[in-house]
Amino acid sequence: MNYSFKWSVLWTGQSGYWLLQGLLTTLELSALAWILAVALGILSGALRTVNFLPLRWVATFYVEFFRNVPLLVWMFFWYFGVPPLLPRGIQDWLFNHGAEFWAGMLALGVYHGARISEVIRSGIQSIPRTQFEASVAIGLTTFQAYRLIILPVALRLIVPPATNESLNLLKNSSVALTISVAELTFQTRQIETYTAKAIEALTAGTLIYLVLCLSIATVMAKVERRYAIPGLIARVGPAA
Amino acid sequence: MDVSVITGNFKFLILQGLIGIGPFIGGTLRLAIPAILLGFVLGIFVGLARLSATRWIRMPATMYVEFFRGVPLVMVIFWIWFIIPQLLRLPIPEYGVALTAFVIFEAAYFGEIVRAGVQSVPRGQVEAATALGMTATKTMTYVVLPQALKNMVPSLVTQMIVLFKDTSLASIIGYVDLTKAAQIVNNREIKPFQIYIFIAIVYWLCTYSMSLFARRLERRAA
Repeated sequence: MNYSFKWSVLWTGQSGYWLLQGLLTTLELSALAWILAVALGILSGALRTVNFLPLRWVATFYVEFFRNVPLLVWMFFWYFGVPPLLPRGIQDWLFNHGAEFWAGMLALGVYHGARISEVIRSGIQSIPRTQFEASVAIGLTTFQAYRLIILPVALRLIVPPATNESLNLLKNSSVALTISVAELTFQTRQIETYTAKAIEALTAGTLIYLVLCLSIATVMAKVERRYAIPGLIARVGPAA
Repeated sequence: MDVSVITGNFKFLILQGLIGIGPFIGGTLRLAIPAILLGFVLGIFVGLARLSATRWIRMPATMYVEFFRGVPLVMVIFWIWFIIPQLLRLPIPEYGVALTAFVIFEAAYFGEIVRAGVQSVPRGQVEAATALGMTATKTMTYVVLPQALKNMVPSLVTQMIVLFKDTSLASIIGYVDLTKAAQIVNNREIKPFQIYIFIAIVYWLCTYSMSLFARRLERRAA
């Protein structure tokens, strides 16, 4: 191997600043997308278990279509495909206000919302139907039964698979580099372009991702133990 | 809505992009099928190594899995893209880079599935096989793995779907798969909405039929 290492490229020049900017963008993008994904996931996951057929269809279509198409295609779709359909004024405003960030956020959030929906649905379905029937029998409305009985138990059951999915979202935020969102992987490539030191730049980016993912996993393992339902060992299976 | 852009480029998108017949070396299927097979084979070794009683086999396998599950696939693709030509001192086509990256990356995930599958086989099976005088290798090949495989089917198919979708990332380094073919067409025709929705439907048809197949297998196994 004919390669001369020069690790100092990582702390000289603008590299440190770029990495920090990239990390912050990755965290911001992932956090906003996560909120959107959880909201969509809870909504559609719950809708898929109700009795009213049309609502179930809408939710099923959303989940089955969005999670079965590559995230990269959604990135291009939201960034290139959707804006031309909007009125001229909104388009100009968007492209002056970081359209790629919002498109990336939507793509990540809507895609992972469909996947989180599956996690939530398997959580809800792992609760015996009799729990729901008992809640209705003591006079709760359907909404109350979900809010007070089903969801509190389901949410605790799904901590492990939901953590997994959240980490997937964080890692998948790197796909946003394809629509030039200046997140961590994008900045890693930028350092490599400016310094021609690929291995150093990639090592820095990789280590940041690793530390991020492993620390979240460690914290969530603690949460998982704290909120585990005593007497239950069965985990809810991971969703597709 | 004007769909002439799809009908006009249908052959290029499907033949070149999805299957890989055309002027470019490419094709989603040409990449996905070997990646799935090789990834699974490597995954079996990784999964079994994680269950090994020998610390020096178990530890590296665990680190391998933890490492690749903690970094984005895009990062791994860039690594392979830079490292392999450096190591071998010769340029590698995009196909080789993408295939290597996918196999190495997905083996970590397949490894976890294999491990869970093997652990789901009751301990008594191993004891019975040992009592019958089978060696460890024979026990694994004839008793444990066949039963484990049956338990693994649902998560295996899920992972295959994930890998199938992930192959779209090969377009980042210029491999002409379905996504890249769509980009090529879009650069010429500027009809992003129609083109991207169309390839979304093509991807969906492939992955959804895989998941229907998985559901049928599950029902039969139950």
